[in-house]
Amino acid sequence: MGKRIESLKIINNQKLNKDSFIIELWGKEKLPEMRPGQFAEIKVEGSPGTFLRRPFSIHDVNYGENTLKFLIQIAGKGTEALSSLEKGDMLNIIYPLGNSFSLPGNNQRIILVGGGCGVAPLLFMGKYLNENGHNPDILLGFRNNESIIEYDEYLELGRVFITTEDGSRGEKGFITSHSVLSAQSYDSIFCCGPLPMMKAVGDYCRQKNIECEVSLETLMGCGIGACLCCIVTTVKGNLCTCTDGPVFNIKDLIW
Amino acid sequence: MVNLGFNIGDLHFKNPVLTASGTFGHGSEFDDFIDVSRLGGLIVKGTTLEPREGNPSPRMAETPSGMLNSVGLQNKGIDYFEKNIYPRISKYKTNVIVNINGSYFKDYVALAERINILDKIPAIELNISCPNVKKGGMAFGTDPGSTRKVVKAVRAVCSKKLIVKLSPNVTDIADFARIAEEEGADSVSLINTLLGMAVDTENMKPSLATGTGGLSGPAVKPVALRMVWQVAKAVKIPVIGIGGIMNPDDAIEFFLAGASAIQVGTASFIDPRASVKILEGIEQYLEKKGFNDISEIVGYINK
Repeated sequence: MGKRIESLKIINNQKLNKDSFIIELWGKEKLPEMRPGQFAEIKVEGSPGTFLRRPFSIHDVNYGENTLKFLIQIAGKGTEALSSLEKGDMLNIIYPLGNSFSLPGNNQRIILVGGGCGVAPLLFMGKYLNENGHNPDILLGFRNNESIIEYDEYLELGRVFITTEDGSRGEKGFITSHSVLSAQSYDSIFCCGPLPMMKAVGDYCRQKNIECEVSLETLMGCGIGACLCCIVTTVKGNLCTCTDGPVFNIKDLIW
Repeated sequence: MVNLGFNIGDLHFKNPVLTASGTFGHGSEFDDFIDVSRLGGLIVKGTTLEPREGNPSPRMAETPSGMLNSVGLQNKGIDYFEKNIYPRISKYKTNVIVNINGSYFKDYVALAERINILDKIPAIELNISCPNVKKGGMAFGTDPGSTRKVVKAVRAVCSKKLIVKLSPNVTDIADFARIAEEEGADSVSLINTLLGMAVDTENMKPSLATGTGGLSGPAVKPVALRMVWQVAKAVKIPVIGIGGIMNPDDAIEFFLAGASAIQVGTASFIDPRASVKILEGIEQYLEKKGFNDISEIVGYINK
């Protein structure tokens, strides 16, 4: 499957809460096939301090409409600049990059676990699982009610559970202490979120002997395996997050 | 039709746009974006005798108009290169050059001997300027005596064209270029990255796990250009300019200052097609200015 560099038109840039937004892009050319977990390297224009591209997970793809979406959290000047782009602006991206989540076997009990903006690749994954006959549970964790990313679309894919650290919505506490994890036994967990959260989920899966894949985020130079800047230490040695990942089985990670 | 070709001794390059070691993988990473064979040359990732895991993460930090890296020569070693990478890259219809690195003099010599038997590799780039390794690397390229010794030793065994990649982390880079020339180098390439640093104020520690790293990108271009200008006036062998070349105009600056060829580095991260775009832009510039041959503008400002 070939990688592309392309300028796509922004057809929507929607603010979700004080620091998250969704950019929707439309391609004139037919979009390439993308898989859940893959990402794009986005070029940020109009932000002089932002020299390198920024990697973002593919949030959603609609081949019929020829559109794709990125769910982005404002974390610095680059993402700030992206948040202020308008309908009609062009965005230059290199995609689709990296590996993808695995498709579990039939009759597996699956839960998608996302924290904060880490929910981004899980919508695409949830849809993919649905198309392949799975009805995953979905557990989403946020800091508080204000930081919640609306999840109506996830409701169509399976049961959705919410935690917030302060209890302002859903269950109170960290994601790993949510009651659904003790009420139900799972075969597979697909996870994306802040590193401490993914490590906690990884520990949980190791203890319970559950298959677990996490989508990692590291600083990247090129996104295509040329610079070797974005390594993650694994049992197989130092691997590139951009080409060997971003999805890793926790069995391979040295955490 | 403009002639873009140049020579290092009797080795012909069809055009003067090469890719810098460590920024272009082994070429195949870019196959989806460009026809790598269009380039004048491909300088592959720094290779060592034994496999190296490189430095711990974080290995990079973005800085104003540039970036720091401390990759530390992660590579799978020369055995792996010979068996797995060489057969693949020798298919490119361009000059594929191996960048070699060592911790000790004998490593460089052993690597040069290994490359001698690889028919499709016409030249080596002797990297005595990597700032990110504890042993060797820049230590060879910042001491005149060591530079002389390593170039002499490699020249004695190397049957390929020998390009010496110089470190900018010295008082007078022209001295090092002269030493390389005196000891039989066929060309010098410069600059490797500038030793730099960034501090993460939130976590109150260095941004790179190794503390320091190599600075590249447009931030280093004026320094690189100055050094190429100084070196081009000091030696007769062809000078290959490297440092922050992002577009054709940047490349032209290096030719005018005395570079016979250039390497595109960090620019390939932001646009994987940068090298080919720069090549096309150089040709357009020469046509627009009415030159027939790239050599007419090499060192133009020094004439």
